[in-house]
Amino acid sequence: MVAVPENRPDLSRRPAKTRRAVRVGRLAGWLLVAGGALLMAFPLYWMLVTSVSTTADLKAGDYGLFPREIVWAGFSRVFEQLPFFQWFLNSVIIAVVAVALTVTINVVCGYAFAKLRFPGRRVLFVLIVSTLIIPVQVLMVPQFEIVAELGWVDTYWGVIIPRSAEAFGIFFAYQFFKGIPDELIEAARLDGAGELTIVRSIVLPLSMPLIAVLVIFTFMWRWNEFAWPLIVLKDSDAYTLPVGLLFLQGQYTTDYPALMAGSLLSVLPMLAIFVIFQRFFVEGVARSGLK
Amino acid sequence: MAVTQRKGKPAALRREALTAYLLISPNLIVFGVFMLLPLILTFVISAQETSGLGPAEWVGLGNYTELISDGVFWRSLINTVGYAAVTVPLGLALGLAVAMLLNNAVWLRDVMRTIYYLPVVISGVAAGLIAQWMFNENIGVVNELLGLVGLGPVSWQSSPAWAMTSVVLLTLWVGVGFNMVVYLAALQGIPREYYDASAVDGANSVQQFRHVTLPGLGTATVFLAIYGVILSFQAFDLIYILTGGGPGSATEVLGTYAYEQAFSARERGYGSAIGVVLYLLLIVVLSVQFWISRRRDPEEG
Repeated sequence: MVAVPENRPDLSRRPAKTRRAVRVGRLAGWLLVAGGALLMAFPLYWMLVTSVSTTADLKAGDYGLFPREIVWAGFSRVFEQLPFFQWFLNSVIIAVVAVALTVTINVVCGYAFAKLRFPGRRVLFVLIVSTLIIPVQVLMVPQFEIVAELGWVDTYWGVIIPRSAEAFGIFFAYQFFKGIPDELIEAARLDGAGELTIVRSIVLPLSMPLIAVLVIFTFMWRWNEFAWPLIVLKDSDAYTLPVGLLFLQGQYTTDYPALMAGSLLSVLPMLAIFVIFQRFFVEGVARSGLK
Repeated sequence: MAVTQRKGKPAALRREALTAYLLISPNLIVFGVFMLLPLILTFVISAQETSGLGPAEWVGLGNYTELISDGVFWRSLINTVGYAAVTVPLGLALGLAVAMLLNNAVWLRDVMRTIYYLPVVISGVAAGLIAQWMFNENIGVVNELLGLVGLGPVSWQSSPAWAMTSVVLLTLWVGVGFNMVVYLAALQGIPREYYDASAVDGANSVQQFRHVTLPGLGTATVFLAIYGVILSFQAFDLIYILTGGGPGSATEVLGTYAYEQAFSARERGYGSAIGVVLYLLLIVVLSVQFWISRRRDPEEG
């Protein structure tokens, strides 16, 4: 993760007795946080172990912390009896299209609010940011009725469009562009560059770090989203993975190997993306908290 | 602001404004159609009786007066506030503790930071399914492990209090990594000289924590507390999957109850009324939080 300057007190100035106490304290702290890490990792490990166990063993309470043998039957049940591959595909398409659309419109919107002058700027910005606190449950009934009116039930658009304007993304982009000096844009204007040329040739190349963070977070939100797709997608062939998992839970109430196999397959892409792009996750979270 | 002081010819200014409107228009349209319009409509629908597929019937405040005598509604409201009041401070404390322990160059630091953050990136549905299996009170691994040390079995599913405890534990598992990363960033923002200076003044580590570390974490704490309250008031995925609000309505919150009324029971008006109450309650709680954070440190924005 991020490289950090050390914030620990300088030990060399302390007497030997204190130094020893500090060492013991540090060891205790390490044991505590390492124990916590084991607890944190255990549910994911247990999902993995369960997915390769047999239902009969689990039901009999006959299991250990390590799998005795690896059985792939849970995975085959998920693929043979359910349109699991279709759900996977739906999730991929929705997440990818949503990322492309959402990130594009939010980045240019954040830029406009941060760097361009226009009447109503402040009011509109406050209005947009204030939508951050509206819970999903407040809007879901009329949102669904509007989507139904548009004929978007069971479609990708029904899931993607209502969530494409993301106040968090706009705010994040706004903060980013506030940190870029006006002179760059001003110089291009003096050279006679049009406003849209400035966006294309100066603003976008500068925004790569911003775009990377937004792409990753938007992908995660859309990939994991549950309540809204649950409302919009009625036909089981249109489900995304989280909605499909709920269906799985209803069908295979106690078939834990199949349930965990399905869960594992649904979280693996996200876990992989996180491990590869960890830097951007941390950067995004850290910035959101400091501003 | 630098932007407003800048001068320009009227034509150039008009071009700039037009570009701005062009750039924000996709967002404005989506916000208008899918946020602003629904926000208004929610209040309208909450004044209607829209049972099933039949035509809506105007009932004024009827849904709201019905709420007053609805035991499940009150249970959900109390649960919502209690859930936020327990998970937000606990999550902050745990996140801070982990961040402080992982701030120094300790063995396996980066691996542990990654592990603590992993649950943040998995879906609430998958997390809920894992928890539901682990907390199964007959054959789940949590009771098996507790049995090894001579505890339990705990009735995670049939006892109201234990079911709520399982929801809280799951919420902490999912949320602690986020708090940790925000606190790590804040800890790194505290200049090292402050620690050195206080060490020279003879401050011990407890005094350093109180007078150097805690004040440096103010902004992060306010942010996390407000964000945490917003998230816990909208809680849905984890609870819906883990307990479905049960046993009875022991773990029902306004977020799950509104959904069940509007979409499972098809009482759109009643569900919207619950949503409106949730919204107003959240605004009140956030106002109180803002007021407290302003009073604590008036110089911070």
